[in-house]
Amino acid sequence: MAELVPPDATTLEFKYSFFRQAVRRMWSYRSARIGFFVILFFVLVAICVPIFWPYDAKSDSNLPEKLQPPSWAHPFGTDQLGRDVLRRVAHGAPISLQVGLTAVALGLAVGSVLGMIAGFLRGWVDSVIMRLMDILLAFPATLLAIGIVAARGPGLGNTMIAIGIVSIPGYARIARSMVLSLREREFVSAAQAIGASSFRVLFRHILPNGLSPLVVQATLNIATAVLEAAALGFLGLGAQPPQPEWGAMLSDSYKFLTVGAWWPVLFPGLAIMLTVLGFNLLGDGLRDALDPRMLVTTKRF
Amino acid sequence: MLTYIIRRIVSLIPVLIGVSIIVFMFIHLIPGDPVLAILGERAAVENVERVRKQMGLDKPIWEQYFLYVGKVVQGDFGRSIRSNTPVMDEIRAKLPATAELALWAMIFAVLIGVPAGIISAARRNSVFDTLAMFVALIGVSMPVFWLGLMLAFVFSVWLGWLPFSGRLDPTITLVPHTGFMVLDSLIDGNWKALSNSLSHLILPSLALATIPLAIIARMTRSSLLEELTQDYIRTAKSKGLAERTVLFRHALKNAFLPVVTTIGLQVGALLSGAILTETIFSWPGIGRWLYGAIGARDYPIVQGVALLITFIYVSVNLLVDISYAFLDPRIRYQ
Repeated sequence: MAELVPPDATTLEFKYSFFRQAVRRMWSYRSARIGFFVILFFVLVAICVPIFWPYDAKSDSNLPEKLQPPSWAHPFGTDQLGRDVLRRVAHGAPISLQVGLTAVALGLAVGSVLGMIAGFLRGWVDSVIMRLMDILLAFPATLLAIGIVAARGPGLGNTMIAIGIVSIPGYARIARSMVLSLREREFVSAAQAIGASSFRVLFRHILPNGLSPLVVQATLNIATAVLEAAALGFLGLGAQPPQPEWGAMLSDSYKFLTVGAWWPVLFPGLAIMLTVLGFNLLGDGLRDALDPRMLVTTKRF
Repeated sequence: MLTYIIRRIVSLIPVLIGVSIIVFMFIHLIPGDPVLAILGERAAVENVERVRKQMGLDKPIWEQYFLYVGKVVQGDFGRSIRSNTPVMDEIRAKLPATAELALWAMIFAVLIGVPAGIISAARRNSVFDTLAMFVALIGVSMPVFWLGLMLAFVFSVWLGWLPFSGRLDPTITLVPHTGFMVLDSLIDGNWKALSNSLSHLILPSLALATIPLAIIARMTRSSLLEELTQDYIRTAKSKGLAERTVLFRHALKNAFLPVVTTIGLQVGALLSGAILTETIFSWPGIGRWLYGAIGARDYPIVQGVALLITFIYVSVNLLVDISYAFLDPRIRYQ
């Protein structure tokens, strides 16, 4: 190799895929980095705590030590049954993350497939699917989730299903408009011309090219899902006591605020807020980084 | 304009039919026999039959649906299973409390959120902008019931400045005219009741306002920032207009459209947030009533309140769409 071409702006642009560029750009936002580390912290807690600090919620109770304020022995204090609040908050992490991720996976899978089918087939299929989505959107989200869990019975499983169902229309709309904007493009015609099946065109050609708005929506949606799961838990419809779910912990302990016990309420709430904040920060950063208009500006300058 | 309004209303009909089917199906989603779920497994046979008849569950399902819709259209939401009172009567008695709470929350959210968004956009990257947007991000990340609890702890348990629960101290009497206590006390010139009802309103309406406030502030900022990059703004600036004039007379007018939509969408958040807020603050509105009804498996109440809230939500969104067409003539002709 005698002559090496010096890398200039144009070759650099094509050296990295769109997603690698986006991740780099996202990493340049301080808020997105903070969000990433907050989430990483909770993920690590969720993974490590069951292994290194196991906990049996059913047998945990130590009445002589009930409602102790924060101390060295119990940094977050103890609740009305004398349970260590720090330990329960830590064990709430895997529950909340699991609910958030499962609900979002459900909504994303069902919603984007429905939306892609609607956008690809058009016609009456499109009308039927999107009218159904309009009907789901006519309900305020939290109310719909409460209704579904109230009918199906309380519990974590139904909570995930309810929150997932509530998020379906959002994904369906995004996926549909994504397919509508890409289906007339040349690479789609090319794929169809060489005889690719509709299924292949949709999932191998259209989907990877229109993934970014769905990824952004999913990230931000984990935040809402965690909040809604906590609300359902608080209303007694989600996780059932003595499960250390953050919302359920709040509903267990808030009656003791009047006797001055703020710690069993403060810390689970802070945990919810930080988790949600983490996903919101990361989602906002991803949205800015994946915005095609941002790509244009970085190319131009 | 009129054709636009009519077209929007007609397009709502299939949505409302769908909503009625879902709310109706609610009772059939319950695993097992809904009557046994309501009364418990060991209910007496004659009670089971009575409730089954009362709820019309002994008829074929399509007949049940048409009976249900026929009644709902006439404002008959059925009867509560526990108290046997018509659901509609109870809604009428309890709705003003929720409406008053939601209204105050909306006033807080708009009066603080919109100016905060405008200042943040006008002074982009200033200390105020950074701080306001950080607070707004915390606001959308917070569970509304937790904020309510912490506010209650600080201002009522700890400092003792504001009451924790209810709408009015039991020692104070107030003649109801409208059901809105602030309005009622103003009508009667009852200043004691006015200050007391206001002090009861502050904490729950602030808690309820947080999320809409944060969303409105963020939306106002980003919409205004987007508008400020447009060519006509540059033209206006190059004409030598004062920055204030460009901001308020040119940019703000156009930036307001998405903000109006956002405000409309927040009505849904307020109504479902009311379920949590009212529960915490023992606020005697339909939200707390719904919460109690879910616990007691009083399903006609759940159905009635869900239908009502959804109907309000859909109507507000319709009004937003219509106002949007008023504000932006381009939309009318699409």
